[in-house]
Amino acid sequence: MPGAVLEMIGVSKGFPGVRALADVDFQLFPGEIHALMGENGAGKSTLIKVLTGVHAADAGEVRLGGERVSVTGPQHAQTLGISTVYQEVNLCPNLTVAENVFIGREPSKAGAIRWREIRRRAAELLTRFHVDVDPGARLGTCSLAIQQLVAIVRAVDISAKVLILDEPTSSLDRDEVEQLFTVMRRLRDDGVAILFVSHFLEQVYEVSDRMTVLRNGRLVGEYRTAELSRIDLVGHMTGRTLSTLEQLHVRDETARVQAEPILKAQGVGRRGAIAPFDLEIHPGEVVGLAGLLGSGRTEAARLMFGADVADSGTITLGGKPVPLRGPNAAIDHGVAFCPENRKSEGLIEDLTVGENIVLALQAANGWLRPLSQARRQELVGRYISALRINPADPDMPARNLSGGNQQKVLLARWLITQPKLLILDEPTRGIDVGAKAEIQKLVVSLAEDGVGVLFVSAELEEVLRISHKIEVLRDRRLITEIGNTGTVTPEGILEIIANGTTP
Amino acid sequence: MKAVVGHRLFWPAAVLVVMLLANVVVTPGFFSIQVRNGHLYGSLIDILLLGSPLMLVALGMTVVIATGGIDLSVGAVVAISGALACYLISGQEDQGAVSGVLVAVALALVLSAVLGFWNGLFVARVGIQPIIATLILMVAGRGVAQLITSGKNINVNSPPYKLIGGGYWLTLPFAVIVVAVVVALTGLAVRRTALGMLLEAIGGNAEASRLVGIRSRRLIVLAYTFCGLCAGIAGLMISSNIATADGNNAGLWMELDAILAVVIGGTALTGGRFTLAGTVLGALVIQTLSTTIYTTGIPPQVTLVFKAVVVAIVCLIQSPAFRAKVFRRRARPAAPPPASPAAADVEVNA
Repeated sequence: MPGAVLEMIGVSKGFPGVRALADVDFQLFPGEIHALMGENGAGKSTLIKVLTGVHAADAGEVRLGGERVSVTGPQHAQTLGISTVYQEVNLCPNLTVAENVFIGREPSKAGAIRWREIRRRAAELLTRFHVDVDPGARLGTCSLAIQQLVAIVRAVDISAKVLILDEPTSSLDRDEVEQLFTVMRRLRDDGVAILFVSHFLEQVYEVSDRMTVLRNGRLVGEYRTAELSRIDLVGHMTGRTLSTLEQLHVRDETARVQAEPILKAQGVGRRGAIAPFDLEIHPGEVVGLAGLLGSGRTEAARLMFGADVADSGTITLGGKPVPLRGPNAAIDHGVAFCPENRKSEGLIEDLTVGENIVLALQAANGWLRPLSQARRQELVGRYISALRINPADPDMPARNLSGGNQQKVLLARWLITQPKLLILDEPTRGIDVGAKAEIQKLVVSLAEDGVGVLFVSAELEEVLRISHKIEVLRDRRLITEIGNTGTVTPEGILEIIANGTTP
Repeated sequence: MKAVVGHRLFWPAAVLVVMLLANVVVTPGFFSIQVRNGHLYGSLIDILLLGSPLMLVALGMTVVIATGGIDLSVGAVVAISGALACYLISGQEDQGAVSGVLVAVALALVLSAVLGFWNGLFVARVGIQPIIATLILMVAGRGVAQLITSGKNINVNSPPYKLIGGGYWLTLPFAVIVVAVVVALTGLAVRRTALGMLLEAIGGNAEASRLVGIRSRRLIVLAYTFCGLCAGIAGLMISSNIATADGNNAGLWMELDAILAVVIGGTALTGGRFTLAGTVLGALVIQTLSTTIYTTGIPPQVTLVFKAVVVAIVCLIQSPAFRAKVFRRRARPAAPPPASPAAADVEVNA
């Protein structure tokens, strides 16, 4: 095997309070597709940012072609031969494909840009990579996959030694992914070293030759893809093996399927987000959505609230099919939704805590029927103390609250409306342990009062602790439903996620 | 003391007071108000009267800006409204007939509201950026006004119409009473109902507002309609005051003064929290500035530069970020730094 084109030796990088990378070694060889694996926060992005010079490493060295280099920034990385294509295409949608390929390095003659030359060379490049697109088309009119491929063509044409692809497939559909993989394999055969980051296990197994696994900023190991089973990979990523079964308190409840379901989804799906799935949620039932990041958890939850509009299937609420063209129809049927991004989609930071709490009820009432001052104070006061929102000051701007308290404000906002179904997307992410336990308890007690809950969380333990049944998602598909009978373990779910089948 | 300085209306009010005091220094009789023929006269009354159209336009602008939008077409609507009213009145046999004037006023206001509604549809239904959507009417509106007046100034001689912008009622200029009533009604409408809070929610975070179930489209259309209506009333005042409809110059650049008044008043252009009282103060600051330029006899060739400098200073003083910077630099030796900038950033709700 030839020498590594890119090498990282003992690289560490810390941020205030976090050790993002600790003594990580990494090797990338020419003519290979190398997958970088790890959970959220494992240090994948930091590693890429050190490679591209966005961050400077605190310790360790980066070697390119055997020589030590210190990369000062993405521009410098590019001149050294390291190009990166991100999930968000950083090109100009208002320019043509050809212009995008050559933007910033237009061939010119006596100060004048040689447009014909640009078009000719762009056409050549695109043909070479079998990208079927008119070089004169505006980039914005092309599909996302084509845009990504154009970005790759541009990156490779600038410097063809190392290509970093950061989550390139996350918004592509099946055929488009195939098209991308074809181009990747062609580049590999040309001797380009490709670093590939993806959350989709299947894709990693389909296209990569080797993989490096990180966990909590540390190197777990380097493996040949063909020699590492999926279950071992998931084990390495999560740090759990099937042998170390943790004893968990599991609710021994049987699903309450007797009653009419509050929500019934049949063949509900959205192209590019989640494949059609069936789901039923009964009164008093907590349904957990489990899966890795990017498995379609959030996408599924959003469809059931009408936050995004499904393009197939029917949703039945309270026994009647309801077309959800927006959130209002769902809200009218007693569905409530706390989104994943508290700050950008939930809280209105300008408004006070009290105003945020009454907002959903007020929106339902309409602006002409304001809550009386007394009623408002009573409601806000009751929920601030019931959920122990701290500080208990309804007139404080909501932006000044901590994450956990902001989450409680969002919960209070919906609990006031007395919903029949509560959809919680990552309600405990990024909040402290105490608030987390309080929110879990609240969910359980709501279910005991007959509220249906759809609970989305990346933490399997949490999902197991409070759910009656668990929907397992993988690669934007709901693959199975399991009743939480007491024998289910996080490892069992991981195994399903890894293998795509029930054990 | 801290509560007073921290109040969001403190800085606009302080600027206004300083400007008025500066006028007293230059013109000693500035604060004197006399009663002549049962009417109040004086520089302060003049400022109120001349500032009335701007207060109204800025009031509508505040509501639109609260939703995260902007309305550039108010100046054009001012021209259209005045043009239509004067055109209708000039066509009547008896221009002094109250009924005829009432019909003309009503039609002009309906048209103004419809134009605002049109803007609202563009923004909320079609989804065009507010600045572009209203730019259409800003440019086209002048043409419409000219069309109504056939390109000429229409003079009217109608005592009932003259009342709106130039008459007196209960010793006060009628226009000032109109503004007071509109401001009071608007204040009640936004703060006694949930309208204000919902508008602030939309402007503060549009996606969160959608997910919480606020039907923001109709509220946005409502805001633009109201803004058009306010501009329409202002157009009546301006044309009534000079008894002429001038499609070219009525309300010219008024949208910019109105936006400035909103900003000086303390409402952020990014939307969200708004204050009607602040806007009224902001409009008075701008009008006082114009009046000051006339009364102190600043040579005409430097008036614009003078105005620009004062406006720049006012905007800087009004900016919490700027104050925090200056304040911090001065306060550092005495007070511990972490407390002071944070305290300056926290807004106290009106």
